[in-house]
Amino acid sequence: MALWDSVIGAAAARGAALIGRARAVPLASLARASCLGGRLEALRGRSVMVAIGDQLTAAIALLELDGVARRMVLCTPDLPAEHLPHVARTAQADVWLGDATSSAAPEAAGLDFAIEADPAPVPLPGGARRPAGKAESQLDTEWVLLTSGTTGAPKLVAHTLASLTSAFVGREPGDSDSPRRMPGAGEGAAPVWSTFYDIRRYGGLQIYLRALHAGSLVLSSAGEATTDFLARAAAAGVTHISGTPSHWRKALMSGAAERFSPAYVRLSGEIADQGILDALRAAFPRAVVAHAFASTEAGVGFEVRDGRAGFPATLVGTSEKGVELDVSRGTLRIKSPGNASAYLGVGAPPLNDAEGFVDLGDRLELREGRYYFVGRSGGIINVGGHKVHPEEVEAVINSHPRVRMSLVRSRRNPITGAVVTADVVLADAMENPRETAADERIRQEILDACRAILAAHKVPATIRFVPALEMSPSGKLVRPGA
Amino acid sequence: MAVRSTITTLFQEVAREQQRQLAPLSDDLKLLQCGLDSLSFALIVARLEDALGYDPFDTVESFPVTFGDFVKLYEARAT
Repeated sequence: MALWDSVIGAAAARGAALIGRARAVPLASLARASCLGGRLEALRGRSVMVAIGDQLTAAIALLELDGVARRMVLCTPDLPAEHLPHVARTAQADVWLGDATSSAAPEAAGLDFAIEADPAPVPLPGGARRPAGKAESQLDTEWVLLTSGTTGAPKLVAHTLASLTSAFVGREPGDSDSPRRMPGAGEGAAPVWSTFYDIRRYGGLQIYLRALHAGSLVLSSAGEATTDFLARAAAAGVTHISGTPSHWRKALMSGAAERFSPAYVRLSGEIADQGILDALRAAFPRAVVAHAFASTEAGVGFEVRDGRAGFPATLVGTSEKGVELDVSRGTLRIKSPGNASAYLGVGAPPLNDAEGFVDLGDRLELREGRYYFVGRSGGIINVGGHKVHPEEVEAVINSHPRVRMSLVRSRRNPITGAVVTADVVLADAMENPRETAADERIRQEILDACRAILAAHKVPATIRFVPALEMSPSGKLVRPGA
Repeated sequence: MAVRSTITTLFQEVAREQQRQLAPLSDDLKLLQCGLDSLSFALIVARLEDALGYDPFDTVESFPVTFGDFVKLYEARAT
């Protein structure tokens, strides 16, 4: 069943709405109005690049497209234009769906067939949307999410509606993950969801889909100050809200959390340390503070609600709710109906290992009956929810003529969880072990090169000149934790 | 005073680097209204740890909201 058919009856009856910064759209109104209008049929069976800038318009378009398009590629609004051709090619996209606020033009993706979504739903000429239940003409639309790759070009991760909603659809009413049984969801009162995430990212998409199945959704807005967003969320009566630990630290620093009293606060996308959990418990004494482990590839692994960092060892090995966790190799491996189906593209690596698990290299340490995350193998750095592949940064640093080699690694940070730091060996390091004024100039040149090429969160926060870097017997750089 | 001037210098340095317009720093200036983003604060905190040798956030009870709170957080650990 398509998203529209599975949610609209119930959601409309509850008076649910999608609430943006400038306007709100009652879900019931979408039975008779559309952002795509008659153009929706032109998208049937196609692979659609959803490159809409406005998040509310995108939220409506996804709802309309599911079951109609063969594939939708959820382009994040900050996707650099230089990656558009790769994404379009890999997804075999044949149509561009944009709006007046799209950050790029269809030509940038190499697409000559483009459709523009209306900024607000327009009444359908026939008066009503196609009747629900025309199941024979419905497609099992593939939802494609982008996640950062080693080379800087995004990887394309394919899901289905079933895999995206497996963490909460089909739950028994008594199940704690059933949307109707979420904390604070009293009898008759539908939750009002919100998220700091953009819904084109996995963490935001989870909240979007949960809201459509039970409740309303208040969308964040790019460029909106945290204080304003939280004030808007409070005014809209938000009960359930999610973000990364970095989003939450920023919210606490804004002071706006004082005037907001949600029932459920969720953290995901980064390691939730005890500090941020304690600070949130103090700031929101009424709320259940939960941290979830989820990723674009593995889906939702688990949610922990006991206010403590890490997760109980008892979660491992069991197959509760069809989610199986394994730690036998030192990293968290997840086999679940929430796993993505594949990476798209010719020659793309397999998503699951031989035993059917997704392993993203999140390393664990067991202490007193609890597993704690201790970083990523392969050295992937998570700066405020944005992944950084060290190799990508090293390539830029190493392009400086005076640099012999470099090692980029993670450094713990209380604001963004981690920042990027670089150890650099200069070509004449052995003769010149001490830092000099000349080194300071090289440091500036390296940073300038990084800033010119890399996104801000990938630019090293600090650079240290070292005489040498450790190499493995096979001649590779020894990466901490690898 | 040394702590405060180190902090002020770093706010200015990072604002310049990140090409952000820094508001005049006063004790009652809200941090989120000073013109810097989360990444900028992350850079400031990392470099303060290098300059001062400590990170007071590891035992923080409530997050600083104003520039004055931020300075106090570091000064409290210095003494």
